[in-house]
Amino acid sequence: MSYEMVCGLETHVELATKTKIFCSCTTEFGGEPNTHCCPVCTGMPGTLPKLNRAVVEYAVTAGLATHCEINPDAKMDRKNYVYPDLPKAYQISQYDQPLCRNGWVELSGGKKIRLTRIHIEEDAGKLVHERGNTFIDYNRSGVPLIEIVSEPDIRSAAEAIEYLEKLQTILRYIGVSDCKMQEGSLRCDVNISVRPKGSIGLGTRTEIKNMNSFSHITRAMEYETGRQIDLLESGEAVAQETRRYDEKTGYTEGMRGKEDADDYRYFREPDLVAIRVDKAALEEIRSRMPEDPQLRLARFKRDYGLPEDTARRLAERRKIADYFEAAAKGRKDPRAAANCILGPIFARLSTDAEKDEFRINVPPENLNALLKLLDEGKIRSSQMKATLEKMLDTGKPASAFLSEKDLAGVSEDDLRKICEQAAAANPDAVRDYLGGKEKALKAVLGAVMKATRGRANPQETEKILTEMLQKGKPVELP
Amino acid sequence: MGKYGTIARLHARLEKKEISCTELTKAYLGAIGKENGGLNAYVKVTPEIALDTAAKVDAKLAAGESLSPLEGIPMTLKDNISTKGVETTCCSRMLRGYVPVYDATVWKALKAQNAVLLGKTNMDEFAMGSSCETSCFGGAKNPRDRSRVAGGSSGGAAAAVSAGLAAYALGSDTGGSIRQPASFCGVVGFKPTYGAVSRYGLIAYASSFDQIGPIAPSVEDAAFVYDAISAYDSMDSTCSGSREPVCSALGNGVRGKRIGVAKDFFDGVRPDVAKALADAADVFRALGAQIVEFSLPPVKYCVPVYYILACAEASSNLGRYDGIRYGYRTEHYADRNDMVCKTRSEGFGAEVKRRILLGTYVLSAGYYDAYYKKAQSLRGAIVRSFDAAFRKCDVILAPTVPTTAFPEHYAAKDPVETYLTDICTVPANIAGLPGISVPCGRGGDGMPVGMQLIGPKFSEAALLCAANQYELAARETATGATGTGVGL
Repeated sequence: MSYEMVCGLETHVELATKTKIFCSCTTEFGGEPNTHCCPVCTGMPGTLPKLNRAVVEYAVTAGLATHCEINPDAKMDRKNYVYPDLPKAYQISQYDQPLCRNGWVELSGGKKIRLTRIHIEEDAGKLVHERGNTFIDYNRSGVPLIEIVSEPDIRSAAEAIEYLEKLQTILRYIGVSDCKMQEGSLRCDVNISVRPKGSIGLGTRTEIKNMNSFSHITRAMEYETGRQIDLLESGEAVAQETRRYDEKTGYTEGMRGKEDADDYRYFREPDLVAIRVDKAALEEIRSRMPEDPQLRLARFKRDYGLPEDTARRLAERRKIADYFEAAAKGRKDPRAAANCILGPIFARLSTDAEKDEFRINVPPENLNALLKLLDEGKIRSSQMKATLEKMLDTGKPASAFLSEKDLAGVSEDDLRKICEQAAAANPDAVRDYLGGKEKALKAVLGAVMKATRGRANPQETEKILTEMLQKGKPVELP
Repeated sequence: MGKYGTIARLHARLEKKEISCTELTKAYLGAIGKENGGLNAYVKVTPEIALDTAAKVDAKLAAGESLSPLEGIPMTLKDNISTKGVETTCCSRMLRGYVPVYDATVWKALKAQNAVLLGKTNMDEFAMGSSCETSCFGGAKNPRDRSRVAGGSSGGAAAAVSAGLAAYALGSDTGGSIRQPASFCGVVGFKPTYGAVSRYGLIAYASSFDQIGPIAPSVEDAAFVYDAISAYDSMDSTCSGSREPVCSALGNGVRGKRIGVAKDFFDGVRPDVAKALADAADVFRALGAQIVEFSLPPVKYCVPVYYILACAEASSNLGRYDGIRYGYRTEHYADRNDMVCKTRSEGFGAEVKRRILLGTYVLSAGYYDAYYKKAQSLRGAIVRSFDAAFRKCDVILAPTVPTTAFPEHYAAKDPVETYLTDICTVPANIAGLPGISVPCGRGGDGMPVGMQLIGPKFSEAALLCAANQYELAARETATGATGTGVGL
C-alpha cells in the first residue's frame, strides 16, 4: 500500500520589537545572563504585565500579510505549567480568542497552506547546564513570540521547508522578525501523521518538538513518516505522543504520551484587559505595510520587463527590492540596475545573512545617477561597471571617478566628421561592406572608437556609419 | 476638617508645631512596643525607616514648609504590599526572608508624601482566611476582647488601627479582607472599586478580586488615604484610578438619597447584628434618606462563585513559589522535582494548600465547565443584578459580617462554615463594587457590629459621603479608638 504524509506546523517566531511583551526590558539577543530583565519578566511577587502595543501591531501585520482575519476582540490567557525557566509558573498566551485566524501562505506551485491561527505569547527563560549545575538565564523571558499554526495541509518535507521559507520571506519583508533559526527566533513543532494514499481521514499524529533547522526538519519528517508507515505495515498502531528529534542519529524518540500530556488549565489572564483592534487601528496598520512580496514580484516582471529569476532575486528581500526600485527610477533600462545589483553588488555579499542585511555603501541614488550617465550616452557600459566597482570600494559618488572630459562625450557633428574621416581612411573595409560583407563595418567602427578614445556611443556611431555608407555619399570611392 | 478625623487632627498638630513628627512617631513606636506583644498586630516594626522619615518631615516643618495631608502621619502596610528593602512575607513560611527589590505603587505614592512607615501588619497567609489565624506568625488578637480574633485577612491592620498603634493602615480585600476585620475591631474599612487603586506590588491572591484600601479610625481618614492612593497607574492595566476626589464630597448630605436594603443580605444574620443594622437604617431615615427594600437573589450564589473563581486564580498565582529564586527552600531533596514538591509542601500552610488544590481542580480538564465556566457565567449574572439594583437605589445597606468577632480557633474548626460568613462581603468583590464597613453599635456580646455600604462602580464620593454622614450622626454608638495605644 502506498502512504502519504499529512503534516501541520506550529511555528514560533520571535518578534523584532525593541522591548519585551510585558515590560520595557530590551529584547536584544545575547547579553550577560540575567542582565536583560526586571521584576516583571522574572515574575517577582506582586508584579503585573503590561501589554506592549507594538507586539499587537506586529502580530496584526503578520496576520494581514498572511491573509488572516483579525479578531477585533482578542484576549490573553494563562497557560499553567511548571518548569524552572517559566518564572510565574504560567505563560501568558492566547487560547480561544487569538489575534488572527483563517489565513494562508501560497507556495510557488500555487498550493495554499491554510493557517488556523496566529497568536501572541511570551517566551520563557533558558536553562544553562554548566559546571555540573543548572542555571537559569531570564534574558529571553518575556520576549514576544507569535505562534503560527497551520492546517494539516503539508504533504512532504519539501513543502514544509518551502512553507517555512515563504513565512520567513513574508515576516522579514514586513519587518516583524529577523527569523534567524540559528538564534532561535524561528523554531517549530511538527505535527505529523500518515494515511493510505487516497483516503480522507487523518491518522494518529505525533508531535516533534522544538525544531530549529531546515535540515533537521527534513530528516525528522522523513524518519518519522517512515517509522509510522513501518508501524502500520506491521499491523501496529501509531501512539499519539510528543517526540524529540535526536540530531546525532537523525531519529525521533518518544518523550511523553497522551496520558502524560500537560493539563494547562487555561483561563483568562485577569491582569490584562481585552485587546480591541478597531477598524481605524487596522487601517492604520494596513497603510504602513509594505507591498506584498508576491505582488511585487509580479509587478517587477510586468512593469520592468525583468525575467522571472531576476525579478525573484530582487523582490524576495524588501531592502533589495526597495534599493532596486530607487536605483531604476526614471532610467531607460531597469535591467541595467538589476544587473548592477545581481552582479557587482551581490559579488560583495557572500552569505545569505549579508544579503538579508544588504549593507551597501552606495546609496541607490548614486547608482541611479551613474546609470543616468549611461542613459545619456556619456559613458559606456564598461566604464559604468569600472566606475561602480570604484564607488563600491570607496562609497564615493560617480563624479569622484569620472573627469569632465570623460563625461563630455562626443557631439553628433563631431562624430559625423570623425566617421567621415574613418571611412575615408579605410577604403577596403568600406568597399567590402558595400559589397555585402556587413562585418567589414567593424573595422570602421573600431577606427571611430580609437579616434574618440572610446567616448563615442557604439550604437550611435554604427547608425551614422550605416546611413552614411548606404546613401553612398559623401564618401567617394577611389 | 472633620471632628473625628485622626489624620486631620495629627496634621494640624504637626503644622502648629504642638508636636514634632519625631515625637509623634516615637509615641506610636512606644505604644507598639508596649501593646504588640499581646496583640500580634505587627509582624515587623520599622523604627529606622519611620524615624528617618520623621526627621525629614521635622526638617520641612523647621524650614516653615507646609505639609501634604498624609505627610508625617504614622501608618502601616499589610505584609502583602511590597516594600523595597523591607521583608514582605504574606505571613507565609514560603516567603520568610523575601525582600522585594521594588515598591508597590501605593507605597511609592505614600512614601513620596513622607508617610511614616511604622511596620508591616499581620494577615492570614497569602490573605486566605477570615480570622488572621492562618498567619505563620500566629493570629492578631482583637483589641476589644483579646480572646477573640481580629478578623481577616487584614487582621493585623484592623487591630493596629483599633488599638491606636497606627493612624491608618493599608490592607487588601479579596473577599472582605478589609471590611470584615474592620467590622470585628470597630474601625472603618474601605474597599474601593476594582481598578480604582493600583495593585502593582500587591502580592496576588486572586487577581480579579484583589483591591487595596484603607483601614482607618474614621470615614474621613479613609477618604484622605483613598485620595492619596487612587491614581491611574501605567504599571497596572486594570487600574484606571479614581474618577474624582472624595474628601471634598464628604460634607454633601444624604437627603433624598435612596438607601437599598436587600433582604438576601440578612439571611442567617445574627438577630443582634440585624438589630444594629435596623438602627442604622433609622439613622439614615432621620437624615432624610429614603429606605428602599428589594431582593437580590443572586447573593446566595456569591460564596460558591467566589471560592471557585478566587481559588482558581490563586492556584495559578501561587504556582511561582517553587523555592528556586526567593523565599523558602526545603533543606533536603533528591532532585529538582523533589525540591519543588517538598518546598511547597513545607512552605504553605493548610488553608493555602486547600485553596490551591480546590483551584487546580476547578480548572482541570473535565471539571472546568462544571465549575470554573459556570462560576464565571454566574459572576456575569451577579454583576447584572447589581446593575439592576442600582437603578432602584443609590447605595446598598447591608451587614459587613453576619456575626461579631469570632472567638479564637473558631475558623479552623469548620472551613466551609467559616467561608459562609463571607456572604455579605464577597458580592462587592465579585461585582468589582466599592464597599465600606463603618462601626454601627454593638452586638449582644458587647463587640462591635459593622454596617456595610455598597455603591455602584466608581461612586466612591457618594458612598463615602453617605458613610461619613452616618458616622457623624451615630458617632456616640460607633466609638473609635479604644485608647489602648497612643492617646491623642
